[in-house]
Amino acid sequence: MTEDAGKLTEIEQDALAEIANMGVSRAASSLRLMVGEEVLLSVPSVKIVTRAVASKLVERENAKKLVAVQQTFEGPFAGKALLIFPEAQSLELVRSIVGDQHTLEDVIDLEQEALAETGNIILNGCLATIANVLNRTMRMSLPSIVRGDGAALFEVQGPASGEQFVLFLYIDFNIKTRDVHGFIALLMDLPSIAALKTIVNDFIDAIEKQPLGHVG
Amino acid sequence: MHKVLIVDDSKLARMVMASAFRRIRPDWTLVETTNADEALAAVAGGAVDLALIDFNMPGIDGLELVASIRKTHPNMPVAVVSANVQNEIIGRARELNAGFIPKPLTDEGLAAFLSGAALRLKKSAT
Repeated sequence: MTEDAGKLTEIEQDALAEIANMGVSRAASSLRLMVGEEVLLSVPSVKIVTRAVASKLVERENAKKLVAVQQTFEGPFAGKALLIFPEAQSLELVRSIVGDQHTLEDVIDLEQEALAETGNIILNGCLATIANVLNRTMRMSLPSIVRGDGAALFEVQGPASGEQFVLFLYIDFNIKTRDVHGFIALLMDLPSIAALKTIVNDFIDAIEKQPLGHVG
Repeated sequence: MHKVLIVDDSKLARMVMASAFRRIRPDWTLVETTNADEALAAVAGGAVDLALIDFNMPGIDGLELVASIRKTHPNMPVAVVSANVQNEIIGRARELNAGFIPKPLTDEGLAAFLSGAALRLKKSAT
């Protein structure tokens, strides 16, 4: 990759963080409706790193066994959105959604479906907000569930090598009264970074010019 | 006419806010700050009539900042601005006698708050 394509200007970095923050905050509000508990969010982080580095950022403390709901998105820029948390907390998340009255067996039965549905609502909420703010349309795949360490989630060994640079946006969340914490992450590869930079710069220019109507 | 304090760590968000003001209230003056400390200094300086405060900021968050402002300015029109539309956030803003304006910001959302704020400021001046 060239030096320039891999760098974000200060305002691009700021804009992406703010737009991602709006997307994730809206998504957290949907999650709050599902779990009935406040969802706490960190401030967003925007980095251009290799897939290998990104994969380490989501392996917090000793939690290397992760579960993620992932959806790919396509449009003027393409990538992958993931809802990630330690595998050990997956059942607790499902329980917080379906309610405490269910038995462990029920929760295990429901796990796959509940995770996919939760991921779908959160990730769609996040991406739809981002698409609306940027005034673009994005298509989302159906959710799929991936289990493994950070390298498995980010396909470090896959066709896209671990050395490949990606735009990595992430925010921590945790559910206040439950032992559930995780990440919402967006991953985009190089052609998408360039496309996104153009769109973000158009958006910034429009703020200065727009005489009437709405801005993000 | 009025002097408005804007508190947001994002430059983009401040630009969006300033752009909306140019359309809705072009004659009001904006004071932009990026964190709670700068905001409190501006409020203490006494030249601010109302405040628009982002929620999710590094360090002191927007609601904590509103609580600090309330200690010295119980009646200043203040709104928390956030995409985090969870009941707890909106509820805590209400408890602090602050408005809530959702992000993405719309002219309508901002205008409604500013109209109310203008009325309150007029009433307290008489």
